[in-house]
Amino acid sequence: MSGSSSRMGRSLLLLAPLFLFLMGFFVWPLFSMMSQAVSDPAVLRLLPRTAEIMGDWDRESPPSMPMQTALMEDLKAVDDDQALGDMVRRLNSARSGFRTLMSKTTSALGDAASPPPDLVSIDKRWEKPEFWIAIADALSPLTDRNLLAAVDLGRNSAGAIEHLPADQSVNRVILVRTFWIAALVTFFCACIGFPYAIIAASLTGWKRDLMLAAVLLPLWTSLLVRTAAWFILLQEQGLINDFLRAIGLIDAPLALIFNRTGVIIAMTHVLLPFMVLPIYSVLITIPKNLMPAAASLGAPPIRAFLRVLLPLSLRGVASGGLLVFISAIGYYITPALIGGPGDQMISSIIAFYATGSANWGMAGALGMVLLVATLLLYSVYARLSSDEPGRR
Amino acid sequence: MKTIVKSGILAAAAVALSASLVLPAAARDLTVVSWGGNYQDAQRNIYFKPFSEKIGKPVLDEAWDGGIGVIQSKVKAGAPNWDAVQVEAEELALGCADGLYEKIDWDKMGGKDKFLDSAVNDCGVGAIVWSTAIAYDGDKLAEGPKSWADFWNVEKFPGKRSLRKGPKYTLEFALLADGVSKDELYDVLSTEEGVERAFKKLDELKPNIVWWESGAQPIQFLASGEVAMTSAYNGRITGINRSEGKNFKVVFPGSIYAVDSWVVLKDAENKDVAQDFIAFASLPENQAKLPESVAYGLPNKEAAAMVPADLAKDLPTDPANLPEAIALNVDFWIDNAESLTQRFNAWLAQ
Repeated sequence: MSGSSSRMGRSLLLLAPLFLFLMGFFVWPLFSMMSQAVSDPAVLRLLPRTAEIMGDWDRESPPSMPMQTALMEDLKAVDDDQALGDMVRRLNSARSGFRTLMSKTTSALGDAASPPPDLVSIDKRWEKPEFWIAIADALSPLTDRNLLAAVDLGRNSAGAIEHLPADQSVNRVILVRTFWIAALVTFFCACIGFPYAIIAASLTGWKRDLMLAAVLLPLWTSLLVRTAAWFILLQEQGLINDFLRAIGLIDAPLALIFNRTGVIIAMTHVLLPFMVLPIYSVLITIPKNLMPAAASLGAPPIRAFLRVLLPLSLRGVASGGLLVFISAIGYYITPALIGGPGDQMISSIIAFYATGSANWGMAGALGMVLLVATLLLYSVYARLSSDEPGRR
Repeated sequence: MKTIVKSGILAAAAVALSASLVLPAAARDLTVVSWGGNYQDAQRNIYFKPFSEKIGKPVLDEAWDGGIGVIQSKVKAGAPNWDAVQVEAEELALGCADGLYEKIDWDKMGGKDKFLDSAVNDCGVGAIVWSTAIAYDGDKLAEGPKSWADFWNVEKFPGKRSLRKGPKYTLEFALLADGVSKDELYDVLSTEEGVERAFKKLDELKPNIVWWESGAQPIQFLASGEVAMTSAYNGRITGINRSEGKNFKVVFPGSIYAVDSWVVLKDAENKDVAQDFIAFASLPENQAKLPESVAYGLPNKEAAAMVPADLAKDLPTDPANLPEAIALNVDFWIDNAESLTQRFNAWLAQ
């Protein structure tokens, strides 16, 4: 008993670093990102009096005097600038204009010499129900607003879910585009990577080393450098266009950059190693005499490939495809530098909310949508690639 | 059971030990953050290195690309790893309202009256006055564009255009091209019809626009001939002319200028030294050296007066360049940046 528990203790000890690492760098960030997307305490925390009074408001009539007084009292009681900032950011995100409105209001309330009688006397905008609706909508500690907005939905004033107007709807288009680009890149990586891996695995000695080095070397080069290199190659006055013109193949330069073509070319190159290496590692475990055996039994090369080599190496193709696809979904720099406006992927939208506007709720919600979509695809993959006999 | 407890303690000790190995115990040196490129190279020579010699300690410098979210995440995490940061006007306004910066000790800076009004703020000291303007290659276009209407005119000036990807500046420029006068610009943009009108004008040019995101890109596009004209930061244009002998021109009429400021992050480890650094970088004799390398205007009035005339003519603050230029409306953008960016992205994706 004591022997087994000490062994267990030792194995726990060995696992502790991994466990703590996973908790600290994986589970916790993921959890806090997801909770950012749905938790919405910034306004409620600072405006308890307003929240109480606004429960009776009909969302249409101009703000009543008690509402204004309650909000003024709440605002006067705030002594934490950062909490105030969180609240204002949340409100401005729902209704543009709160930034300047709030800074004007708080500085007027801070003026002890001549206290304003009500909010409307500070700024006319306080008369408009829109601003009060924004406050009323932000008074619940949990919200589905970000998650809905991440898929271009919103609640109308009656609380029903509906589509956002077309000039605010961009996320769905970009999400679909992200998956489509990732799928194309995976397809092209497979088209190039599979034959490449077959050739590399069939060679020996320095030739094989050379082919593997050709895949590995770019992997050790910074992503930014590789993307910049593609920029130089693909641009209108770039090496490729100059060469094609010099040999007389084309008259006008091909449009290779700032469009989908350029993005696919550059991303396929950048992600190719993730396709080649898994396929290669599967291929070298396949006995070399299987193909000659198939030939000796009368199978023509294509048939031998389809019936013997392809099924055996499909695992490598599937895991390579998954690696490429999942990496491609998160791409940001390459579409930004090589792509046109129609090629931006969802990461650039997430980056805008995370760093540009500090709206972490939206960033979290978009991240969550991406994560769920990826997990769904992964479960499809896991079903398809599972080789338990019962499933087939 | 006992052994489990024991190994648990051991594990905790191991984690504590490895944590102490990872986290540096030594005090961090003053860390100054600016916008990179040839601008930061100039700052390193005239501010960072001399200040480091003065205090006898190293000064670290890093570059960033802006974004209030970056500052917010650093301050909210506690003990930010940056001290003095150069921020744009909206980041100054947002961060100051949200309590992300230390208050400036204006006595240390020599008093508020030494600076341009737009460079004085509770949380920040103006570092430069900079413009976003039309730039083109004078060697390729002898008769260049004079206004944003020319920029939109692809028949008279064939070739691609480049603009910063985002609604800020782009919407203003579109309205100017559509004939809105500079005095009415933000009044028009504040209305729904004004925003519609700007996007409609952008529709005309959309097929010819290549979008840029970092300040070095438009220079590269011009140099490679990828675009015929672009919007660009004026200092970088003059910088490349001097360092690589280019003949790029800046069109100041219709340009939009703004003030970048130094701020000190809230509760930064070196917040006092950071204020000393800002005071050092604001001294007229130090600031006056900046236009030799990059053509940005100087917020310290004495420094501005010390700039030789041949350099002063390239600055956004020069009396010849200022009258036709427009001041960025910071209040408009802190209110509307998020909703207009969303709309801009939707327009781009169409």
